[in-house]
Amino acid sequence: MRQMVSFTLKGAGYDVIEAIDGQDALGKARTKQADVVLTDLNMPNMDGIQLIRELRKLPQYKFTPMLLLTTESAGDIKTEGKAAGATGWLVKPFNPDQLLATLKKVLD
Amino acid sequence: MSVDIRQFHQVYFEECFEGLEIMESGLLDLSIGAPDAESINTIFRAAHSIKGGGGTFGFRAITDFTHVMETLLDEMRAGTRQITRQAVEILLESVDRLRGLVVATRDDTSVQQADIDDTLACLQDLLQDNFFDASPRTSTPALNAPAATGWRVHFAPHPQLFMTGNDPARLLRELFALGPCTVVCDATRLPARAAFDPEICYLAWDIDLHAPISEAAVREVFEWVDDDADIVITPLGLLPASAETAPFLAPAPAVDDPRNSDRRQLDRRLGERKERAAGGGSSIRVDIEKVDALINMIGQLVITQSMLSELSVDFSPHKLKDLHDGLVLLERNTRDLQEGIMNIRMMAISFSFNRFPRLVRDLSTKLGKEVQLKLLGETTELDKTVLEKLGDPLTHLVRNALDHGLETPAERVASGKPACGTLTLNAFHEGGTIVVEISDDGTGLNRDLILAKARERGLLDAHGHPTEAQIYQCIFAPGFSTAAIVTEVSGRGVGMDVVRRNINELGGSVDVESVAGRGALFRIRLPLTLAILDGQLVRVGHHVYIISLVTIIESLQIRADCLTSVAGQTDIYRLRTEYLPIVRLHSLFAVDPDSDDILKGLLVVVEADGRKIALLVDELLGQQQVVVKSLQTNFRQVEGISGATILGNGTVAMILDMNGLVRLCREDSDHNPLVHATPKVA
Amino acid sequence: MNAEIARATAADAALGGQFLTFILNGEEYGVDILRVQEIKGWERATEIPNTPDYICGVINLRGTIMPVLELRLRFGMEAIEHNATTVIIVLRIRNDEGRERTMGFVVDAVSDVYNIPAAEFQSTPDFGGQIRTDYVKGLAMIEEKMVILLDIDYLVSNDDAFGDAVTAAVDAVAEV
Repeated sequence: MRQMVSFTLKGAGYDVIEAIDGQDALGKARTKQADVVLTDLNMPNMDGIQLIRELRKLPQYKFTPMLLLTTESAGDIKTEGKAAGATGWLVKPFNPDQLLATLKKVLD
Repeated sequence: MSVDIRQFHQVYFEECFEGLEIMESGLLDLSIGAPDAESINTIFRAAHSIKGGGGTFGFRAITDFTHVMETLLDEMRAGTRQITRQAVEILLESVDRLRGLVVATRDDTSVQQADIDDTLACLQDLLQDNFFDASPRTSTPALNAPAATGWRVHFAPHPQLFMTGNDPARLLRELFALGPCTVVCDATRLPARAAFDPEICYLAWDIDLHAPISEAAVREVFEWVDDDADIVITPLGLLPASAETAPFLAPAPAVDDPRNSDRRQLDRRLGERKERAAGGGSSIRVDIEKVDALINMIGQLVITQSMLSELSVDFSPHKLKDLHDGLVLLERNTRDLQEGIMNIRMMAISFSFNRFPRLVRDLSTKLGKEVQLKLLGETTELDKTVLEKLGDPLTHLVRNALDHGLETPAERVASGKPACGTLTLNAFHEGGTIVVEISDDGTGLNRDLILAKARERGLLDAHGHPTEAQIYQCIFAPGFSTAAIVTEVSGRGVGMDVVRRNINELGGSVDVESVAGRGALFRIRLPLTLAILDGQLVRVGHHVYIISLVTIIESLQIRADCLTSVAGQTDIYRLRTEYLPIVRLHSLFAVDPDSDDILKGLLVVVEADGRKIALLVDELLGQQQVVVKSLQTNFRQVEGISGATILGNGTVAMILDMNGLVRLCREDSDHNPLVHATPKVA
Repeated sequence: MNAEIARATAADAALGGQFLTFILNGEEYGVDILRVQEIKGWERATEIPNTPDYICGVINLRGTIMPVLELRLRFGMEAIEHNATTVIIVLRIRNDEGRERTMGFVVDAVSDVYNIPAAEFQSTPDFGGQIRTDYVKGLAMIEEKMVILLDIDYLVSNDDAFGDAVTAAVDAVAEV
């Protein structure tokens, strides 16, 4: 999944920083500034919601758009995600075009 | 822009196989009754990814099947379902079925639908035992009915809107994209400048959107912020019922189209895909960071190259310094690139280890033994080629340990050991090599039986006093078996001689340690990679040879008082407390050395086949990394030579194979004793 | 002997075709031109230990390691000093299992390229020539000269020096 997202984004000309889980992402975010954060909900070590909550604590990520990739069954997650500071979400499964359209939305 | 989704298929299938392995090993680790939340989570996540990907690519069979598994796992995860042995068995079976499905989808072949259905039925039965149904999917009432000529939207964000990274301007832009809008901004909440906080959203808007679109489409724009803002949407006026939904508001077809057309294209391009699937075996998954690093290096290389070519436009002698600097840079770029490329071939040994939990579980059940498998150092990396070739020898050694090494619980208890035996696989780096140890706490090798057999077969001298190591090495001889009964598990054709040959072909070695009644340990040493080697160039006469640096222990000048000759045949060199046989490369290879006087040469002490020998050479040249090329491609394997390489000046040099050299010496001394000028021993 | 010819004939349905010829000890030999990859000047090869003397060694052919044979020595002819006309003919060799190898053959000089129709082939007489008739595919008379057409594949496939030494190497293990 991550690879597909990454591949799509790179193909569309975005620079992509990949992380294997929340912990990794948080570490990378401390040293690199991203314009948008895409995170899966289910991840080992630190899940997507926790990651967003932590990222929002960093001054440089206070207003950065952060999108959760979730499945439709996770209704409650959206509320929880919002509470943690997620900008929005993208419902899985999605195809590359949808992903790019959504990104365009938040990055324009 | 449109993205060709097919390019991801191969990756998806690989991810599936990985996910399946994770599920399998997770399930095997799951302790019945006392589940560990994180392991269930891991299994669930793997299933979830497979399902998600399947959905994206339109692989219905995979999605549907995985969905049922996922439901069951979800209940386990939520703690609403007991983890029973039966459930785990069914899930394991499901993993196998799913693997079949994935393979069939990849190769575009059909599966035994009956098997799939059987397993599905089992899963369903299991699910129905529980009354905690998966929460019914709440389908939001369809608001797609087009109704109005337009909408008035009152949008008053809460002050904290910015905190979620949302931007009202973006939402407004999105709304504008739906049709012509008139906007009224409400700035009444703006405070005095002194109190103004840029992190708070003060503004609100009323937008009239003049377009015959559905309310749902408007709501969708604000989907992410409906908890962070007051949003009131009221119709501007009703349109005739025949009005059509604006085409861009049909998200469903937009989702489906690529999949359907994808499937059609798929049919058309069957041949091509099969080809790709066939090639899939040799593909490699690379961490994106490694690829990024490579891209950076290429960038550097391009810069250096353009710098050099600029230099050549009007070259004059005073630019020599620049040229030299450029070349140094080029050398560094090339080296970095070489290392980077080698690095992408490196894979964690867990790819090889992962098959063992299942194998051990199945085998031990079949053999009626209780075995605990410990995997250590799974993240140790080695070259993909080495890794692939390591699989068979490892499997054989594991089977062997299970079958012959470990005892039945009864036997173990009788000899005062815990009923459950332990089999350990341990991998680690040591110098430039990777070491893999397979150890068990079983009976150990039967030294006396092996010795007797070896003597009977003439492998060992009937009256000599062989060391333990020498005795145990005999088990690697072709056709050597001490097993009274050839069981189904091991002793099926592939013998220890094949294990040893496979490992030797990789430039590695295998040795054995054993303590009677306590267990045995097989230690495999392998080079990290086969493609590149750190070499020491040595010269003998006008020939240059390369010795792998990792085999070299030290190089030294010969001191006459340390030379001894045994039975006028082999020279022995005393190095501190050790006695090393001297191997004269020039005699072995029948070339002319600088001088016949051994004192004018140098000794390179190397380790080969688990023992040390001293190679006699004329001179040590430089050290460099060399790219190993096979002699076999156009010629054949040559004893004592592991390959060839091309040196900086374009000539070819032979790379020495230490194990082969030792064998060559042995043959030499057995059949045609070397005649050396006996050195004068002081 | 006829069996040999039959084998060669079966292998190449059309025996005729274009042949590159070269000189070896005053005689003219030919090889199927489709197998010729290139012709290059003689260069010193790196010796391979413990191989027969007719194997000069290996050279670097644009990054691949290619063995080079001294054809004179292979056929038991007397060795001569290499000179300006000495060349290496690079041929693609195919064995019975379809394995392809690239090898170089040192010859005295390159001669010519001939079109030889199958009809002009003559079966190999039991001539007291310099080489074993096994390696000869056939003879052809061209402008009053005799050209000996070689079966290089057969020559290589039936030479132990090119066989695979792997199994032999490993059988010698257990004696320590």
